[in-house]
Amino acid sequence: MKALTRRQDGAPRVDFGHRVMVLRPSAAVSVRLSVRTTVVCAILLLLTLVVGVLALGTGEFSLPPDQVVRALTGQESGWARLVVVEWRLPRVVLALLIGSALGLSGAVFQSLMRNPLGSPDVIGFNTGAYTGVLVATAYVGHDYAQTSVGALVGGLLTAAVVYLLAYRQGVQGFRLIIVGIAVSAVLGSVNQWFIIKADLQTAYAAALWGQGSLNDLSWDQVPPVAYAVGALSLLLVAMGPSLRLLELGDDAASALGVRREPVRLAYLAVGVALTAVATAAAGPISFVALAAPQIAARLTRAPGIALVPSAVTGALLLLVGDFLAVRLFAPTQLPVGVVTVSLGGAYFAWLLARNTRGRK
Amino acid sequence: MRARVSDRPPRAVKAQRSAGTTGIAASDARRAGWLLACVALLAVACLLSIAVGTRTIGVHTTWDAFAHYTGTDEQTIVRELRVPRLVLGLLTGVALGVCGALIQAVTRNPLADTQILGVNAGAALFVVFAVGVLGLTSIWSYVWFAFAGVAVAMVAVYALGSIGRGGATPVRLTLAGVALGAVMDGLSAGIRLVRPRAFDYLRFWDVGTLGGRPMSIALAVAPFIGVGLLLALTVARSLNAVAMGDDIARSLGADITRTRVLAVLAVMLLAGASTAAVGPIGFVGLMVPHAVRWLVGPDQRWILAFTVVCAPVLMLSADVIGRLVIRPAELQAGIVTAFVGAPVLIWMVRRSNVSAL
Repeated sequence: MKALTRRQDGAPRVDFGHRVMVLRPSAAVSVRLSVRTTVVCAILLLLTLVVGVLALGTGEFSLPPDQVVRALTGQESGWARLVVVEWRLPRVVLALLIGSALGLSGAVFQSLMRNPLGSPDVIGFNTGAYTGVLVATAYVGHDYAQTSVGALVGGLLTAAVVYLLAYRQGVQGFRLIIVGIAVSAVLGSVNQWFIIKADLQTAYAAALWGQGSLNDLSWDQVPPVAYAVGALSLLLVAMGPSLRLLELGDDAASALGVRREPVRLAYLAVGVALTAVATAAAGPISFVALAAPQIAARLTRAPGIALVPSAVTGALLLLVGDFLAVRLFAPTQLPVGVVTVSLGGAYFAWLLARNTRGRK
Repeated sequence: MRARVSDRPPRAVKAQRSAGTTGIAASDARRAGWLLACVALLAVACLLSIAVGTRTIGVHTTWDAFAHYTGTDEQTIVRELRVPRLVLGLLTGVALGVCGALIQAVTRNPLADTQILGVNAGAALFVVFAVGVLGLTSIWSYVWFAFAGVAVAMVAVYALGSIGRGGATPVRLTLAGVALGAVMDGLSAGIRLVRPRAFDYLRFWDVGTLGGRPMSIALAVAPFIGVGLLLALTVARSLNAVAMGDDIARSLGADITRTRVLAVLAVMLLAGASTAAVGPIGFVGLMVPHAVRWLVGPDQRWILAFTVVCAPVLMLSADVIGRLVIRPAELQAGIVTAFVGAPVLIWMVRRSNVSAL
């Protein structure tokens, strides 16, 4: 790498590392974009599009890509349109929405904890959500809204309990993880108990749901998820750069004028809400929140966790994961969570190996 | 010349630990006294395990069931249900406890446990594979898969945790265990969901219970647990040296590699056999060695001796408590140990220094 190059007039030009574009749509607004990040995001979006079209085209009723595109643009009618738009599209749209929600929440959590392992699934959110679903199924009923609420309440309660138990003059990453394991173990055994008590049919359905699955989703679920994810993303934008500042460490952030605890709590709330939306819609899908921000950070070579690339990566990951889950053992449809937990866990292991090699 | 590690913990160990680490029972005489007390406790636990349940059964009936068997309901309950359960609890309790003590000593990690290090998940994955994909249902066939799963999981977790110059620190090992445990859990969930028949069979195994297992299962795993225990006892002394760190251990003349290999072999036999028999039960291996260390200090030989006696006490009481709390239904032992063990783990991690061992 050349740190210094000569300008035409002979004066040395300083290489500032990341190339940055500055967009000034009006006098009041200016946006600084890293060139690499923008390019990476564009490529990821393109990939997402390709995988999306593929996913829309494959299944028991296969369609060539051009027909899929025509169906999407409304030039096709009848059978092809029914299959693509009514049956398969909601699943893809939800995969994208939920994936980006998970990516965002992972980014928020990892920034807050300043630890790549600080993701909602490590701290037991998923197990709690599953418990919530099982409790709801056993005592309230098992239609979609009831399981969603169950998941939401279970996940939130668990996250809160883990956070509180791990709190001891601040939350330290390792302690949080171990407390997460402990609480997950208790909830896991509760889940097991429910699974034993239930009849096979219910237990199997709950187990499917408990892994996180996009099966059986339709257009009905799209608007609420879309509104929630949209609103929360806007909120993140509105909260500005304080997440980055928090990453600098408590002292530095305070010195730069961030009111630490309220801001942290606000981000925590948004992160939890994003996970909650995803969980309510599709069940606890593990490891997307963990892996997406890390993959994004490596692709963009950004110094920290960035929100937009994480969201895009999350969407792509979940889409690919769901595509594999559906196609791998067709006609049996695996829940997408099985795929993400296997791939994501392997990635987690690799991350760990790499991290430890880099340090010390 | 073989190194002798003296009975008193050497200075290095003392310095590493905070005050009061020799344990509550500071002399061998007192430790022996405590051990006797624990044996008495174990006897009580055994009696309770036979007596308590949906139907309470007295000592006389128990005695008659073997001495003058006449085939009454209660005698049949004792012979067919309660005694196998007791034997299984004793065997797996010892196995899991010793397993935990060994893992904690070898990895020098106070948080180590078959559950936390992903060893249970490994055994479960292989058993699920055997039952779900290969269609095996007899314990004689899938016990081997449990062994293989434990071995693979242990080696993988240890390898992943010890990458890098810092070696295997407790934090890394735990994280490696969590990561690989998650992968293996995910895979076994996948297999189960693809094979509903295996799902049904395994959901009862998965929770970890002593109930509903015939005597033949206990007898099937007993030899493995016996060999595992023997191995554990042979390495106990050199584990004392290993606890001081590789360098000191080596300079004391301990054969570290041999110790580790034997200990891992023992863990494989113990964890594999008990998981195959009763399913994955967590936290027994975490809690018992801890409590014991607090009582007797850092000498592995005492720790192992006490663990052998105390772990089945915990296991049997968990089982008995499980029978009592939601009578006439039953809470499985694995659930009870999780409920008791998790708070202990949280308490441990909230104390200032978890890495000291």
